[in-house]
Amino acid sequence: MVNRAGQRIALALAILASACGGGRPEGPAGRARAGSAGGAALTGAGATFPNPIYTRWFDAYAKQTGVRINYQSIGSGGGIRQFVEGTVDFGATDGPMSDEQIRQVRGDVLHLPTVLGAVVLTYNLPRLGPTRLRLDGPTLAAIFLGQITRWNHPALAALNPGAPLPDADIIVVHRSDGSGTTYIFTDYLSKVSPEWARSVGRSTSLQWPIGLGGKGNEGVTQQVKQTEGALGYVELIYAVSNRLPYAEVKNRSGAFVEPSLASVTAAAAGTPLDAATDFRVSLTDPPGKDAYPIASFTWLLVRRTPADTAKARLLKGFLLWMLEPPAQRMAADLQYAPLPVRVVELIRTRIGEVWPFAPAPS
Amino acid sequence: MTTATPAARIGVPRARLPLSLTGAAYGDRIFRLLLTLAALLIPALLALLVYELWTGSRLAMARFGLGFIGSSAWDPVAGRFGALPLIFGTLVSSLIALLIAVPLSLGVAIYLTEFAPRAVRQPVAFVIGLLAAIPSVVYGLWGIFVMIPALRSGVFPFLRRALGFLPLFQGPIYGPSMLAAGIILAIMIMPYIMSVAREVLLAVPNSQREAALALGATRWEAVVTAVLPYARSGIVGAVILGLGRALGETMAVTMVIGNRHEIAASLFAPGYTMAAVIANEFSEAVTDLHFSALTYVAFTLFVVTVLVNAGARLLIWRVARGSGVGSRAL
Repeated sequence: MVNRAGQRIALALAILASACGGGRPEGPAGRARAGSAGGAALTGAGATFPNPIYTRWFDAYAKQTGVRINYQSIGSGGGIRQFVEGTVDFGATDGPMSDEQIRQVRGDVLHLPTVLGAVVLTYNLPRLGPTRLRLDGPTLAAIFLGQITRWNHPALAALNPGAPLPDADIIVVHRSDGSGTTYIFTDYLSKVSPEWARSVGRSTSLQWPIGLGGKGNEGVTQQVKQTEGALGYVELIYAVSNRLPYAEVKNRSGAFVEPSLASVTAAAAGTPLDAATDFRVSLTDPPGKDAYPIASFTWLLVRRTPADTAKARLLKGFLLWMLEPPAQRMAADLQYAPLPVRVVELIRTRIGEVWPFAPAPS
Repeated sequence: MTTATPAARIGVPRARLPLSLTGAAYGDRIFRLLLTLAALLIPALLALLVYELWTGSRLAMARFGLGFIGSSAWDPVAGRFGALPLIFGTLVSSLIALLIAVPLSLGVAIYLTEFAPRAVRQPVAFVIGLLAAIPSVVYGLWGIFVMIPALRSGVFPFLRRALGFLPLFQGPIYGPSMLAAGIILAIMIMPYIMSVAREVLLAVPNSQREAALALGATRWEAVVTAVLPYARSGIVGAVILGLGRALGETMAVTMVIGNRHEIAASLFAPGYTMAAVIANEFSEAVTDLHFSALTYVAFTLFVVTVLVNAGARLLIWRVARGSGVGSRAL
């Protein structure tokens, strides 16, 4: 009896520990390597979406150079706040800082894109089988505004001719917690639907007209998986690793594009970026016939005029390493779309301009 | 060895007193100081907590005032916030939990103290007590994967068919709902109510039961007329303990309640609680107003909890005036 109780408690603790994992970086990114040169540490905090790839990068970089970088995935809002308060060396966010927030740091911030993320629409329609559902911007906005409430609505039938859409309610699922995923999705909806822009807007956290709230990508995934007729939005990676069906979305050129690493990189490649850009660019609804319309950068936030030059040199070393093809390939392995070549060049040039000192280790 | 008190040693030069007696005066004083500090620590922490909540919510208080409590808006983009659906959700889910858990827990406690075979009492009590050891997150995961599908496919449609004339059981069934949150809270608070109620019932002197039985009561009548009234205030205390847990429960609730800022008549509709909204939105809150509104919600939760507990103390005091067991202990 005691053994069983002990086992149960141990199991419960293990699940609890793994469920609480959002606040700690996985892997030995925070531990010193034996015999490492110096072992100086940088600290960063912010977005949860890129946490897996950042952890992999920091781990690989520490193995290669001995520079330890500690990252806490506390959320984009927390990342911005810590960056503004100066308690971390760099921040990370899925949604760019607003003008008001940039004023708070008196313009002393540089947004550097690291990888691309995409938001996909996942649904639970067993009768559809392997056929992908097709959606477009205005229809999506109408669904999430509560104007289209049944799957066999004429607008959906027109987009999916011949598909066996059931005569059932669309059960909308959104994020209950604040999230960069929500920001990307509502940024897209605001662009394709003036009514959405007027009545709801774009933000990490907002007032949803209808729908259930799920906590985290996991929560939304679970709700959609278990509720027949549900429609929700999640990060591409979650949809892929949980083998969820996700929809093709019609882009500005009129093509129905399947979300994939290639179509997301195409979205970034197709968006015009001039040489003086501050990278706070929205990639949603871009031009280009191969572009997936609901994609976005995720950024690192660094100071233009860093207080600690030694740390800035270490950070520059990491940033340049991150832009190299091997690191970008690591991103692709984890289902993050790598940055297009042109953007990488722009970032490299910008880092060189703003931080003219040499990186460390050289 | 003589054990003369220090008073009898007045006039004896200090150097001649045994060491244990010179140390005694200092030791006592230090001990008392440490204990006083420890006792003051809790109120000090509480005061600090209240102070932090107060200063954190000042921005929202200045913007919304007491209207916050009565408003149903929650629009981080436009900067409008209101806690009414949250307060409603917290109170309703806790009420449902109590309505389910109290009869069950009391029934189990009575069974274990009065009717169960001796061999079964300890193990069953132990196992039920073990429910309290399960972390909240695990309850939440179990709720998502096991409980909600079961409710959605079986229990909820049955309730709608049987009791659909009441507005409480009308409307679409999603799964995550106020009722689901109430049920999971009931499961979580049952061990607390049951353990305390069982202790209280065990403390009822046997003479009460024997007297009732001697007067010709059946076993059940003896329990209802002699044991329960005696243990009244203790049982109320147990219920209040459970209610306190239910009011503050966060993770399990947020995973099964649907997270919707809305007041609905139907129990099948999703809802929201104060603790859940803080857990969900706090880490990503970017604007100062959003942050402050969430702190205001935390402050409101604190006030609601204090009011409920104060009301409970009052209730226990009223109920205890006339019954024996538990009134002194509580």
